[in-house]
Amino acid sequence: MALKTEEMILNMGPQHPSTHGVLRLELQLEGEIISNVIPHIGYLHRCFEKHAEAMTYPQVIPYTDRMDYLAAMYNEFGYVLAVERLMGIEVPERVEYIRVIMGELQRIASHLVALGTYGADIGAFTPFLYCFRDREKILHLFEITCGARLLYNYIWIGGVSQDLHPDFIRLTRDFIKEFRPNIKELNDLLSYNQIFIDRTANVAALSKETAINYGITGPNLRASGVKWDLRKNDSYSIYDRFDYEIPVGSGERGKTGDCWDRYIIRVREMEESLKIIEQAIEQIPGGDVTSAIPKRVKPPAGQIYTRVENPRGELGYFIISDGSLNPYRIKVRAPSFVNLSVMGELCKGWMVADVVAILGSIDIVLGEIDR
Amino acid sequence: MIYDWLTEFTGSEIIAAFIQGWLPLLFFILPFVLVAVLAERKVSAHMQDRLGPMRVGYHGILQTIADLIKLLQKEDIIASANDKKLFNFAPVLVFVGSYAAFAAIPFSGAFIGSQIELGLLYIVAVTGLVVAGILMAGWASNNKYSLLGAMRAAAQIISYEIPTLLIILTVIMITGTVNLYTLSEMQTSYFWNWMIFGGPEFGLQKFLLIPLMMMGFLVIFISMLAEVNRTPFDIPEAESELVSGFHTEYSGMKFAMFFLAEYANMFAVSAIIAVLFFGGFQSPFGYLGNSLGWEWLVPFEQFFWFTVKGLFFIFVQMWLRWTLPRFRVDQLMAFCWKYMIPFAFVILIIAGLITVL
Amino acid sequence: MINYLQRFWGGLLTILIGMRVTFKHMFVPAVTIQYPTVKPELPERERNRLYVNMDDCIGCDQCSRACPVSCIDIETVKSIPGEDLGKTSNGKKKALWVIKFDIDIAKCCYCELCVFPCPTDCIYMTDVYEFSEFERSSFIYDFVTLTQEEIKDKKKNFAEMQAKKDAEKAAAAKKSTAGGAEEKAAKKDEPEIKSDSEKEKE
Repeated sequence: MALKTEEMILNMGPQHPSTHGVLRLELQLEGEIISNVIPHIGYLHRCFEKHAEAMTYPQVIPYTDRMDYLAAMYNEFGYVLAVERLMGIEVPERVEYIRVIMGELQRIASHLVALGTYGADIGAFTPFLYCFRDREKILHLFEITCGARLLYNYIWIGGVSQDLHPDFIRLTRDFIKEFRPNIKELNDLLSYNQIFIDRTANVAALSKETAINYGITGPNLRASGVKWDLRKNDSYSIYDRFDYEIPVGSGERGKTGDCWDRYIIRVREMEESLKIIEQAIEQIPGGDVTSAIPKRVKPPAGQIYTRVENPRGELGYFIISDGSLNPYRIKVRAPSFVNLSVMGELCKGWMVADVVAILGSIDIVLGEIDR
Repeated sequence: MIYDWLTEFTGSEIIAAFIQGWLPLLFFILPFVLVAVLAERKVSAHMQDRLGPMRVGYHGILQTIADLIKLLQKEDIIASANDKKLFNFAPVLVFVGSYAAFAAIPFSGAFIGSQIELGLLYIVAVTGLVVAGILMAGWASNNKYSLLGAMRAAAQIISYEIPTLLIILTVIMITGTVNLYTLSEMQTSYFWNWMIFGGPEFGLQKFLLIPLMMMGFLVIFISMLAEVNRTPFDIPEAESELVSGFHTEYSGMKFAMFFLAEYANMFAVSAIIAVLFFGGFQSPFGYLGNSLGWEWLVPFEQFFWFTVKGLFFIFVQMWLRWTLPRFRVDQLMAFCWKYMIPFAFVILIIAGLITVL
Repeated sequence: MINYLQRFWGGLLTILIGMRVTFKHMFVPAVTIQYPTVKPELPERERNRLYVNMDDCIGCDQCSRACPVSCIDIETVKSIPGEDLGKTSNGKKKALWVIKFDIDIAKCCYCELCVFPCPTDCIYMTDVYEFSEFERSSFIYDFVTLTQEEIKDKKKNFAEMQAKKDAEKAAAAKKSTAGGAEEKAAKKDEPEIKSDSEKEKE
């Protein structure tokens, strides 16, 4: 006589200390083992795409900031690249360099949040504070340039809103000098800690084929062994002038593509971003940053899809213009939205206690998912 | 000695015993716990490059008192579906289990709560009451997550008692006594007489025992960390990935009792390790009182050394809490049964062989 | 067996390395400041509460049009010819009375898009960030410097001037369409108009 077992449904509700934002996860359990995870999103939907249809093109930039609020510079970057390509604007060299420096600094800041909160989910409270202390220095750099710490409205169509502060380069050099030993400290404290490795290595390994099938991009894809980075494979702006590596996961402490790989890829990406910033600071030319900003942004009728490498993956903007001052339609391909879809597949067969570890390693931002 | 003095003073043995039982509790443990809560916050803050409580009192010294007043005036919520008797009794059990262990710990040469010949076994038995308290708390909360948390806590504590007992057995075998007072007395004079360095008798046995004792210290320290539910073994109390564990439903003073019991337990555990391996209340290099000729200074000095050792181990426990991530439940159990217990057994057998031969 | 021991030993070593990191950090001075008693030093380009210098405002409405959340509400009224409103600080002559300049600072998204188009740099972002209020209505900042009386006055003046202009236009229209037959009527009108303007000069 077989035992009748029932599937239990557990709800990790929208308010939870470990889901990064308002996300509702419906876990279908058999005992302690998960059989399926269904994410329910939409708690942060703010109608960005509809709203953008009523704004003029420059007015949309503060709205793009607020989608992925942890990597605001890159959101602006992607949108502005799309509009510039539509209008055929060439920006001055200095502007390109400034955009790359800001973008890479933003990448480091975003990864620091991801790593810090991941450590806090696993139970180590101290690396969280160390990561945020370093992030404060980056936010200070942004603050002296454009006045805001999180939502900048700095990268404009045709240039940037203001030139760099005179102290910026010196302070960035100081930051790089201070930050390299801090990465080593983070590695000592968290990355190679045996308990952390036990919690995350071999957990939820994502194979290459599954990752490509689901459309995963960003550090998650690279951790599974696929060497794909839009900065090298589909280069935009001036990324082809710098010398940097693309870290790829190789199953150092377990299977390729497990949570530890996703974590350590982010740490290594921070180091590579530091290299890019160093090179950019050396090479940055002088010039006027506002000379190419058009008085009225009126792109010709047409449509364009541009993609950039967000800290979380491939951020795509599809803009349809009808020749007027307002865009006809803006559609955003948010990387976290696509990355979240693989949760169900990844969590199968693992325990409830691992859901938090797996969710943290995918690194989602609800602002981007729900827009 | 205090016992004799008290008997003289009050003229009755029973009252003297009663007062002597209360002394460590009121005058040492409770003030200590107040300090320990603040110390934890300050230590964690300084490790994280921040300052901790700074506003209440000078640099936050009065913070715990403020917390205590806040907890005292909170509403005591008991849900209607809870089992009232168990719900109310659980914190009492946990509290008693932690505090009763202090009866057999020698605070100084002149003071021990009660001269029990089976000191160590009594302590181990009484701290087992904590498990019953935790299970009661989890069950009476009528909350399936609390129950889950409580069962995991119970499993953890019971499993980790085994390596603890095995190492205690080792020390008992080597020294031949279960009474903590005599154990401390044995490790006299200088720090190389401490158990961790092989014990008071000089000879081949001492040197052979040193590596074993060091390993044993490690094993018992880790096991006792697990007993107190401190990180990395804090599944029951930190957000057990879902909610706050077995004391979710408690509010106000009952929650404070769980909290205080945890810190008292921490100290009890540190004290036991200090007595077993580090000489209890003995000073590492002779007594100031003895060399100066002031005999009455010696018990105070011993008390001082005892407190210092206890505080040192508490600092190490806090240090570990803020450095390490948490274990997952099955890894915790695997660690205990596959690593700790075999090590403890091996240490026991080898130490036994060395002692016999 | 070797693997087993290695794992244990490796674990212990990494834990000790981690402990060394935290221990060193205990002696690093804190990076936090005690906020209300010690305030952080803000950079010069800091972007917090908006401020409008009404002496310089020419009422061009550029900031209101640039705002993505429509938090600036401006109403102006033309001044009558002959009135001197003064000059802005960079020499422009003002021609409009600004009778309403409301900024709903609760709606403002602090994007600075209103600051760049202003021709006289009269709207800018200060570094004030502690401006909590108890009521929501206190968040609507009113920047006009005219009193209610003066506003009514200006509006009345403008309405009168507008009415006069309309009457003039109507008269001119009649004159041109009616031809010579109404010249006399227009001539009759003209002295009336003159007397009116004479009255104004008085």
